[in-house]
Amino acid sequence: MSSDVRFTDFKSDKQPTWCPGCGDFGTMNGIMKALANSGTDPDNTFVVAGIGCSGKIGTYMHSYAIHGVHGRSLPVAAGVKLANPNLTVVAAGGDGDGYSIGAGHFIHAVRRNVDMAYTVMDNRIYGLTKGQASPTSREDFETSTTPDGPQQPPVNPHALALAAGGTFIAQSFATDHKRHAEIVQAAIEHDGFGFVNVFSPCVTFNDVDTYDYFRDNLVDLADTDHDPTDYDAAKEKILDSSKEYEGIIYQDESSVSYEEKFGVTENMSDIPSGAPDDAMDLVREFY
Amino acid sequence: MPADFNWAIGGEAGDGIDSTGKIFAQALSRAGRHVFTSKDFASRIRGGYTAYKVRTAIDPVQSVVDRLDVLIALTQRTIDENLDELHEGSVIIYDGDRSTMADVEIPEGMIGLDVPLKALAEEAGGAIMRNVVALGAACAVADFPIENLDSALKKRFGGKGEAIVENNKKAARAGLEYVHEEFDYEFDYDLETTDNDYVLINGDQAIGMGAIAAGCRFYAGYPITPATDVMEYLTGRIERYGGHVVQAEDELAAINLALGAARAGARSMTATSGPGIDLMAETFGLVATSETPLVIVDVMRSGPSTGMPTKQEQGDLNMMLYGGHGEIPRFVVAPTSISECFWKTVEAFNMAEKYQVPVYVAADLAMAVTEQTFAPEVFDMDKVEIDRGKVVDEDSIDEWLDEKGRFQPHALTDDGISPRAFPGTEQGAHMSTGLEHDELGRRTEDREMRVEQVDKRERKVETAKSSEDLSPREFGDADSDTLILSWGSNEGALVEALDFLEEDGIDVRFLSVPYMFPRPDLTEDIEAADEVIVVECNATGQFANVVEHDTLTRVKRINKYDGVRFKADELAEQIKATLDAEEVSA
Ligand SMILES: Cc1ncc(C[n+]2csc(CCOP(=O)(O)OP(=O)(O)O)c2C)c(N)n1
Ligand code: SF4
Repeated sequence: MSSDVRFTDFKSDKQPTWCPGCGDFGTMNGIMKALANSGTDPDNTFVVAGIGCSGKIGTYMHSYAIHGVHGRSLPVAAGVKLANPNLTVVAAGGDGDGYSIGAGHFIHAVRRNVDMAYTVMDNRIYGLTKGQASPTSREDFETSTTPDGPQQPPVNPHALALAAGGTFIAQSFATDHKRHAEIVQAAIEHDGFGFVNVFSPCVTFNDVDTYDYFRDNLVDLADTDHDPTDYDAAKEKILDSSKEYEGIIYQDESSVSYEEKFGVTENMSDIPSGAPDDAMDLVREFY
Repeated sequence: MPADFNWAIGGEAGDGIDSTGKIFAQALSRAGRHVFTSKDFASRIRGGYTAYKVRTAIDPVQSVVDRLDVLIALTQRTIDENLDELHEGSVIIYDGDRSTMADVEIPEGMIGLDVPLKALAEEAGGAIMRNVVALGAACAVADFPIENLDSALKKRFGGKGEAIVENNKKAARAGLEYVHEEFDYEFDYDLETTDNDYVLINGDQAIGMGAIAAGCRFYAGYPITPATDVMEYLTGRIERYGGHVVQAEDELAAINLALGAARAGARSMTATSGPGIDLMAETFGLVATSETPLVIVDVMRSGPSTGMPTKQEQGDLNMMLYGGHGEIPRFVVAPTSISECFWKTVEAFNMAEKYQVPVYVAADLAMAVTEQTFAPEVFDMDKVEIDRGKVVDEDSIDEWLDEKGRFQPHALTDDGISPRAFPGTEQGAHMSTGLEHDELGRRTEDREMRVEQVDKRERKVETAKSSEDLSPREFGDADSDTLILSWGSNEGALVEALDFLEEDGIDVRFLSVPYMFPRPDLTEDIEAADEVIVVECNATGQFANVVEHDTLTRVKRINKYDGVRFKADELAEQIKATLDAEEVSA
């Protein structure tokens, strides 16, 4: 790894096809900054993305990457990290990708606590399929498939994460460039699963959860006396639906990553050119 | 005295049938006898009929037959279920004091030995050992030296302390002596021993062992009958070699975990059965399109849907060959025996990496849960070769960079195979995607590039056809006009069926096909034969259809889909019937 890595080194020369003004630009730039600041380089970084406008992020970045199928980025990312723990692994996707089709994996990825970061670009809508309700859409948010609103409460991803034993739970806002990069970097550097829900407005299909809305309603926890290591305080913030928070909501400083717990430390790509020397012992076990 | 001896223990699930059967099988194997086991089990943990059957001989045995010589029956149902296989003179060992056997009916002509299993076990130290008493009684009937049981008992109970092992030995001897003292039958058996050392192994274990031998380091799976043993085998063993097993939350996660590990450079595998293959179908397409080497084991069971989870079938061939949306080459190798489960798994890893394709290993329940004896050299680890294909490193990557210095993981090559760079390789950073992509791995809808990438992936099949030996395994009379074809676990039963047929003066040629895709060209073999019969465990003849398609020739079919594997004698009869029918209609 070289120390003079700049965030632009993580940029690919592919031009994003996101709508001008889409929150995903800011989200991506912040992730690239966080990666550069955390001291990794593109050849030792693995980005795993899901499907959706958000899922295109890997395409516009330069690193080893997989753009997978809808909702499955988390198990892919865990597989990458366990096979080569030397890599810095970031999974990214949308709110539909992560909390709808991939919701099951989300809970289990949190429990598993593999050392990686997960950034969800939450625009409270399905962007790529052109504006249907997502699991984080408001109850009365009218869309093409929910003319009267979904009429169901939105999921609370932080509550899910906390209930599943999350060790790093945070939220950021795509256009708060510095703050967003800081939070993602903390997630990358956390020893375990670093989860960041990123408010990443969709300027085309969501006229409610807009930049202005978030600017007016966001409370940065750094400006309050919130102690992210205090579980009860975190719980209170997470269950408080009257405000939108930014910052690290909860961090378990004693978190032990899955790899450490199970002693998965070797780069599994190195194998001998034949069976292991003592492989006949495996046969003899069956005497 | 018959050449082979067929023994079974049966009762309710929870009666310890499996472990008792296994102890006997192990004792026979350690005594230098060949063993082939089979299991009848219901899909429940407690209650429900279950049996463990052992066939043993001095010569190799590789299938089951329709005969039972000695049966340890813990319930009346055990006798009823096996009536077809019992014969005049069959011995039934039971405990008349047991409530389930109080009014036992021993069928005409058979010998019932009422042995107070529980009472003798209690005398030896505990009622729990009553099955071991029964094993001792079976040794008496079979004239099998009881000392051979001792080491198997030690293996099974050694962990619980020397005293437990000693009590079990005592219990076994109590059963033996009871039979000697209380009954004065001249039994027809004499289970000789030899000095040979055999190992006793089932197909799932052989697959797991093959994976480790081949350098598999990452396994992710979700439990499902009958594939779970693969995961259980790897757990606790793969770690010794720096590997890891993840029990995923479902099969979607399992294949995605395995995909991630494979892209990170690990030899990676997942194993499941039909329903799991269904769930993996979407990601399967991603694995194939992103040209990720991955081994996916399908231990087939009866379908569709949850079907009959504990019963045999070869019903997933179509799914493996054609499953998933769109078109993409995938390799399908099908082990034809338990030892081949080992070797074909090793081969699957090499094929996966050489051709950068997902490789299905098509196993089935009949192989997965049955055990067979082998000389250890059958699994000669020195013969395992590992070929990782076109992996590039810092020094060789230059050749694969484009004019802007970007790595081309999907470079268009003559053989269809592109270079592979593991993460961490300098200048190798690249994108893998399920979207159609260009040589750099970037999304494209360019018509020309689409066609070129599809053609490139297809070219790998041609390359494999010309560089791999895909020939079938050949048995029987090479000059016969009758050709039998089959795939998967039917091989053993067919090989033994050939002996039965030979006794009746019928010689046939049998080709056991281990590669379903790419597969051998059978046209010449089929054209040389008058009669072609395809044998498989499914209703619609999935392999037969493929053969007809490939060779433009109609074939006869023998299909079995009642959930039970082919038996050698039964199969011989069916082949005869098929040939006779042909003569009549001619
Ligand atoms: C199995 C499957 N079902 C449906 C789709 C169609 N699809 C593509 S993106 C998407 C929703 C994406 O929404 P979100 O994750 O919120 O991302 P956004 O586009 O808003 O960034 C859907 C339903 C798909 N690609 N795969
Ligand atoms: S549709 Fe919305 S989420 Fe998608 S690119 Fe446009 S603004 Fe962004």
